Amino acid sequence: MIPFQYARANDVADAIKQIAADPSAKFIAGGTNLIDLIKYDVEGPSRLVDISHLPLRSIEPTSAGGVMIGAMVPNTDLAYHPMIEERYPLLSRAILSGASQQLRNMASTGGNLLQRTRCFYFYDTAMPCNKREPGSGCSAIEGVNRINAILGTSEACIATHPSDMCVALAALEATVHVTGPAGTRSIAFADFHRLPDNTPQRDTNLEPDEIITAIELPPKGFSTNYSYLKIRDRLSYAFALVSVAAALELDGDTIKEARLALGGVAHKPWRSSAAEAALLGQRADATAFAQAADWLLHGAKGYGHNNFKIGLARRAIIRTLDQAARGKPQSVSDKKIR
Amino acid sequence: MASYIGSATSRIDGRAKVTGEAKYAGEFNVAGLVHGYVVDSAIPKGRIVRIDTSGALGVAGVIDVLTHRNRPQMADKDDAYKDEAAPEKGSPYRPLYDDRILFSGQPLALVLAEDWETARVAASLVKIEYQKEPHVTDLQAERAKAFAIDKPEKPRGDAGKAFASAAVRHAAEYFIPTEHHNPMELFASTVIWDNGQLTVYDKTQGVQNVQQYLCGVFKMKADEVRVMSPYMGGGFGSGLRPQYQVVLAALAARALKRPVRVMLSRAQMYALGHRPASIERLALGANSGGTLEAMTHEAIAVTSQFEEFARNDTGWGNLLYKTPNAKFEHTLVKLDVPTSCDMRAPGAATGVYALECAMDELAVALKTDPVQLRLQCYSDRDQGGDIPYTSKQLRECYRQGAAAFGWDKRKAEPRSMREGNDLVGWGMASGVWEALQMPTTVRIVLTANGHAEVATAASDIGTGTYTIMAQVAADMLGLPIDNISVKLGDSTLPQCPLEGGSWIASSVCNAIANTARAVRDDLLKLAIGMKDSPLAGAGVDDVALIDGKIVSKRDAAHAVSIASAMQAGNADRITREEANKVAEDKSHARNVHSAIFAEVKVDEQLGVIRVTRVVNAVAAGRILNPKTAHSQVMGGVVWGIGMALHEETLFDHRYGRVMNANIAEYHVPVNADVHDIKVIFVDEPDQIVNPLGIKGLGEIGIVGVAAAIANAVYHATGKRVRDLPITLDKVVQFN
Ligand SMILES: Cc1cc2nc3c(=O)[nH]c(=O)nc-3n(C[C@H](O)[C@H](O)[C@H](O)COP(=O)(O)OP(=O)(O)OC[C@H]3O[C@@H](n4cnc5c(N)ncnc54)[C@H](O)[C@@H]3O)c2cc1C
Ligand code: SF4
Repeated sequence: MIPFQYARANDVADAIKQIAADPSAKFIAGGTNLIDLIKYDVEGPSRLVDISHLPLRSIEPTSAGGVMIGAMVPNTDLAYHPMIEERYPLLSRAILSGASQQLRNMASTGGNLLQRTRCFYFYDTAMPCNKREPGSGCSAIEGVNRINAILGTSEACIATHPSDMCVALAALEATVHVTGPAGTRSIAFADFHRLPDNTPQRDTNLEPDEIITAIELPPKGFSTNYSYLKIRDRLSYAFALVSVAAALELDGDTIKEARLALGGVAHKPWRSSAAEAALLGQRADATAFAQAADWLLHGAKGYGHNNFKIGLARRAIIRTLDQAARGKPQSVSDKKIR
Repeated sequence: MASYIGSATSRIDGRAKVTGEAKYAGEFNVAGLVHGYVVDSAIPKGRIVRIDTSGALGVAGVIDVLTHRNRPQMADKDDAYKDEAAPEKGSPYRPLYDDRILFSGQPLALVLAEDWETARVAASLVKIEYQKEPHVTDLQAERAKAFAIDKPEKPRGDAGKAFASAAVRHAAEYFIPTEHHNPMELFASTVIWDNGQLTVYDKTQGVQNVQQYLCGVFKMKADEVRVMSPYMGGGFGSGLRPQYQVVLAALAARALKRPVRVMLSRAQMYALGHRPASIERLALGANSGGTLEAMTHEAIAVTSQFEEFARNDTGWGNLLYKTPNAKFEHTLVKLDVPTSCDMRAPGAATGVYALECAMDELAVALKTDPVQLRLQCYSDRDQGGDIPYTSKQLRECYRQGAAAFGWDKRKAEPRSMREGNDLVGWGMASGVWEALQMPTTVRIVLTANGHAEVATAASDIGTGTYTIMAQVAADMLGLPIDNISVKLGDSTLPQCPLEGGSWIASSVCNAIANTARAVRDDLLKLAIGMKDSPLAGAGVDDVALIDGKIVSKRDAAHAVSIASAMQAGNADRITREEANKVAEDKSHARNVHSAIFAEVKVDEQLGVIRVTRVVNAVAAGRILNPKTAHSQVMGGVVWGIGMALHEETLFDHRYGRVMNANIAEYHVPVNADVHDIKVIFVDEPDQIVNPLGIKGLGEIGIVGVAAAIANAVYHATGKRVRDLPITLDKVVQFN
């Protein structure tokens, strides 16, 4: 931990100005991830620009029929917002299956997207880690890698993105609105997080001097046939070994539209257009679900401790799609899997 | 007045704890306090070539950096470092002693600064150059190097031969990984230096142990060191031995002649003692009638390279099950880790886990109900010494536990009970622990206003020692509990052993009873000395202290109030100090027992396990306080759930380093993992174990719980997982 400056940003423009002026400055929102990383000497910002007071706390319907969520909306407020509970229950449930009530009270919508991996080696500065120290090597590939990725990995890094909320946002095809020195732009959710490739130090395509201002949900919320199923090593307050967000639009028994995203298995929420296409026009049954699972897991590779995740993910996908099709989404409070 | 002993009593220290009035070792503040932060080793074995402290010393507010090079003098003989709980064999670890690195996370430097944050920043700037040496941290890889240690349990008959010819046999190996205590409170010591005298606030389960240890390490006289630990935020055995932070804090306080606090980080606590990983091999042979012919229990456990720590993993079968042939062996493997140490029910939590899973497997092989098998093999004697028990209501534990659980509705066949996607499993196990007493002295000061202070140098590690001391003193002195104040956690108080082994309740309470009797004798003398005393001619056994009075047992109308007796004798206080009597008597075995019944529901496809019900029926002599006793056992059950399903210290053996050194990734049960827990205390009057019939409850709650759950998982799924923790990938073959 190193000494750092602290300053509050007055508005979005001020925040960008402050961050652009100092290449080793960092935004702080809820601080639930960044403060830990600073304590572990993984991050060492020279200055914290506090954006938690910026007026980015509203949840409003958009003219397009969707919903705009301010980047500073706490995870709790978002999960329990009546509009989200009613129209986007998949998002609600994904958020509530993550962390603890206290953490969700502090965690912001924007910060959740930018939380860093929980890879054990990333946190331990005595260990080689390409994400923390590019070129030092990846300790996890031949190490303790139960929580690491099986999809989209590279020889440089097999870390996962740990968020639950993002898995739902990926399935719902949200848009991330950002502002930088050059103005505003929007990034499709699928393009927001990156795969590790040769640059595992970069988690996302957000530029260091850009700020997330809002997340936009498109009109479609799949509020009838959806489910978020999170499988972990204890029944609450643990990161996902595998999580599945499934959303279906059904016409009787027939699948008209399908969204499927996996958490805990890759450097980003994992989707596959082939998997979703494979479901279209199919009867919502075990055969179709298994096929989709195989597509989604195409190319999956284990690294020892995490080999089981491939088979686990396959079964979890089938179960979640089944829950979604039956209109019996996984409960967050009752841990029984239906 | 109703008796306090045996009635549910809220913690007398509860209010202080919830209001924050109760202060812990790291919370005592004095002016000019210096803060220390530890720099620890990144490698498990080797030497320090160079320590560059210049960066740290350059930080404003840093006072000094202590290393093995510049530290003040410390004792150079092993004996000085041997505390009460140190293993007999070996050289205890000496913090900052020399350039040798013995385990990852070992303290190598102590940064001292005017505030904690500064010390922490500066610590990150200390550069250490290592000379690495090859290390070993993997028990499985090193098991061939195991060496045997002496065991009290002698072999009986020929277990190998009897096993070979047994009609039904079961032999298997069970594994328990390294586990850490993870008390909520971080290890911390605040040491106040005053003209060479040290007042030490320490997180410890034994203030007098730490006091003697510090005197040894720093060659100080007994009256120069006072150690206090009024409250403890969880110990579980981790605070039995003095931990290194107390040495560092005292070292720094002596060097700077200032008050110093050293508090460890959560990650640093993974370089303290731990429950050693162990491999447990069981071989059970039975005749076709379902009684045992042979039992072999061998344990291979971990210790450090420098000390031989071992506990009784393998002897428990002698207490539980009758068998003519038995053999027990305990071996150790030395690894480059800190010395393992006691953790709740040391030896039993691990050994009985294996034994009770093996018994379950034998029951399956015999096609016998698991409870029935245990009754068939029930031993009314400790077969080690071939002696009876002071009391043993284990049969009643089985009966009451089974009834409360509804065991008779169990279908024997694995995978035969279902509920939707879930396979339902019912498993059971037995638990056993010792009922010990240690020499303890208690002081009572009774004042004429009818208030009494009860004092001994015990620790209350959260179990409720304050409260039971007040209950027993109130009953014995015939005073309301609100008139009793309890003093403990101070090395200057009368002698008390370490708070461990489940012996504190019996030791302290019997000592209170003896001291209270001495007070009664004094009071009677005063009362008899009164003019026209209504108690004239009464002997000490003719009177009792009831409702603030000395009362004749023959005729309650003959009574003198404590106040008037003391007034008449011109005594404003009576001070007595007495010890308990610890029986040398080896004619009886002294044990507590339990029967645990568990229900699990396992998602057949996904392997997700929920422990939906646990019943723990405990026979542990007299239960002093059903409320705190219930909490203690319930806590044990929760810990047992963690042991069965979650807990594991994950090493990267390539680096000899713990990789999940935090409580986000070292999993213990959370609320969602804990469902219905029922605790039953089986009535167990015991006139022999000690005068008050107290057996202690500290450890028994966890013993056998992991086995009951593992057995339930087998019953649910048909899959026998012997390696803890039972994670979903061990239950279901996914690929
Ligand atoms: C013990 C524990 C358990 C957890 N379990 C889970 C879990 O099960 N599932 C889960 O999904 N999450 C879990 N979390 C993670 C938690 O959800 C994240 O820490 C939280 O969402 C981060 O949000 P924050 O606002 O606190 O971010 P901060 O810590 O403030 O910031 C995180 C990062 O984002 C940057 N940042 C923040 N806001 C913006 C913005 N608007 N624009 C640009 N940059 C920004 C910061 O600079 C920083 O780099 C857990 C966390 C902990 C500590
Ligand atoms: S997986 Fe990524 S984060 Fe983990 S050690 Fe390898 S490079 Fe570092």
